[in-house]
Amino acid sequence: MKRRRFHPLQIITYIVVWVPLIILLWDLTHDNLGADIIREATLRTGKTALVLLVLSLACTPVSTILNYKLLLKLRRPLGLYSFMYASIHFSIFIGVDYFFDLTLIKSALLEKRFAIVGLTTGLILLVLAITSTQGWKRRLKKRWAQLHKLAYAAGFLATVHYVWLVKQGVVEPWIWMGVVLILLLARVPTVKRFSLAVRNRLVS
Amino acid sequence: MRKISPSEITPEHVYLSRRDILKSMGILTGAAALLAACNGKSPTFTLEPGLEGDPTADQLDPSASVTVDELGDPLNSFDDITNYNNYYEFSTDKIDVARLAEGYPTSPWEIQVGGLVHNPMTFSVDDLRNFEIEERIYRLRCVEAWSMVIPWMGFPLSKLLAQVEPKTEAKYVRFETIYDTEGMPGFSKYPFYQWPYVEGLRMDEAMHDLTLMATGLYGKDLLPQNGAPARLVVPWKYGFKSIKSIVKIDLVTEMPVSLWMNAAPNEYGFYANVNPEVDHPRWSQGSERRIGEFGRRETLMFNGYADEVASLYSGMDLAVNF
Repeated sequence: MKRRRFHPLQIITYIVVWVPLIILLWDLTHDNLGADIIREATLRTGKTALVLLVLSLACTPVSTILNYKLLLKLRRPLGLYSFMYASIHFSIFIGVDYFFDLTLIKSALLEKRFAIVGLTTGLILLVLAITSTQGWKRRLKKRWAQLHKLAYAAGFLATVHYVWLVKQGVVEPWIWMGVVLILLLARVPTVKRFSLAVRNRLVS
Repeated sequence: MRKISPSEITPEHVYLSRRDILKSMGILTGAAALLAACNGKSPTFTLEPGLEGDPTADQLDPSASVTVDELGDPLNSFDDITNYNNYYEFSTDKIDVARLAEGYPTSPWEIQVGGLVHNPMTFSVDDLRNFEIEERIYRLRCVEAWSMVIPWMGFPLSKLLAQVEPKTEAKYVRFETIYDTEGMPGFSKYPFYQWPYVEGLRMDEAMHDLTLMATGLYGKDLLPQNGAPARLVVPWKYGFKSIKSIVKIDLVTEMPVSLWMNAAPNEYGFYANVNPEVDHPRWSQGSERRIGEFGRRETLMFNGYADEVASLYSGMDLAVNF
């Protein structure tokens, strides 16, 4: 069997992704989540899922611009851990917030655009997580890359979900949406060529 | 010469000592609560003004005459009520408000009451204390679909309005929160909103016995994060109607436009009555999370005060007048 060698950056990534969960559990056991524990835990896990997804999306353009191929290896773990936090987020919603009350869940989840968008995001991440293995990559061939472009859709929908959560006048979700759109724009061939040209001029 | 007001001489714990007497009558008031609940009325308790015992430090401890509301649901803790606040003048983060509002000066304070009245008046904090203060256990249902049960101290707004003698042309009451750009960080942080915070009630809503001017909770003076020194509490409406730290009350003919009506007219209406049938455009209002509980409760029509207030809206389409 071939031994896999991990770069320090990969090791750091695999450690850092657990930090938000550890802090959450620490705060939970130290009564540090405020009066509305459920809301705080839901918000934090949702936010972490979004941040990791955005970082995963950022790997490709940043590695192109910096010419640093190692970043590409971080896409899968970042995406998978984003899915893990999204799963916790969803589980809190179903199991703790709504305590498996199916009638209430049905009306909350399927009748409101805010929740529908969140659910859609989660389902996309689920499909991408399942098909993230080498086996599925081989089986799907060319279509694998196409399928995994859905990560951008998930990133965008996640920010829509966030925007629709907050009251008007709260800026942060819009910033995240802007970041996702910039990352998407960076994949457009013309933009990619332009940014490479700029980089080459700066480097030389 | 500057007039020295009684509160500057009387420390809070002396002023509060009368609540100790109330505490010692705990069993009695508990029974009264049961009786009141049986009558289908919200329990109210009148504190004897002028009774003053020996002050001790523990009299500042939060205390309430009952442990449950008239539906049998437990009160939320003083800690929860004072550390989870929507008060955008300080922060949009509910957990940050208490820290940012700590020590915010709410005395001296003036509430100017004017507009279409025969007798415009200005109330100081001490003037407010001259009203007969009662305890009211109310559910507070936030439009964000969480709720608490809070033992407020205060007096019916109608008593204050009676003193200024509204003119017959007055159809609405307009309220305004303090607009202190120096002391409150929210104004520069959130320029999107049309400050100051404004809310309004129809005259009959304002005169309703449930509509409270709250000056305290859990037997203590209000803390800044809860809207000290005086705030409105309208228990059958979403929490944002219960405007905090009031500096101005005007009686007017036109329906006031609130800050939230300005910010999102399709989402926040003038009435904002708690209504499980009329959803927020983005989320369901059919259920709520009671702070401190797992799972959800079904939201009650008019937040459980339908018997008292439904008649105010007879013949109105509540989906249109949301």
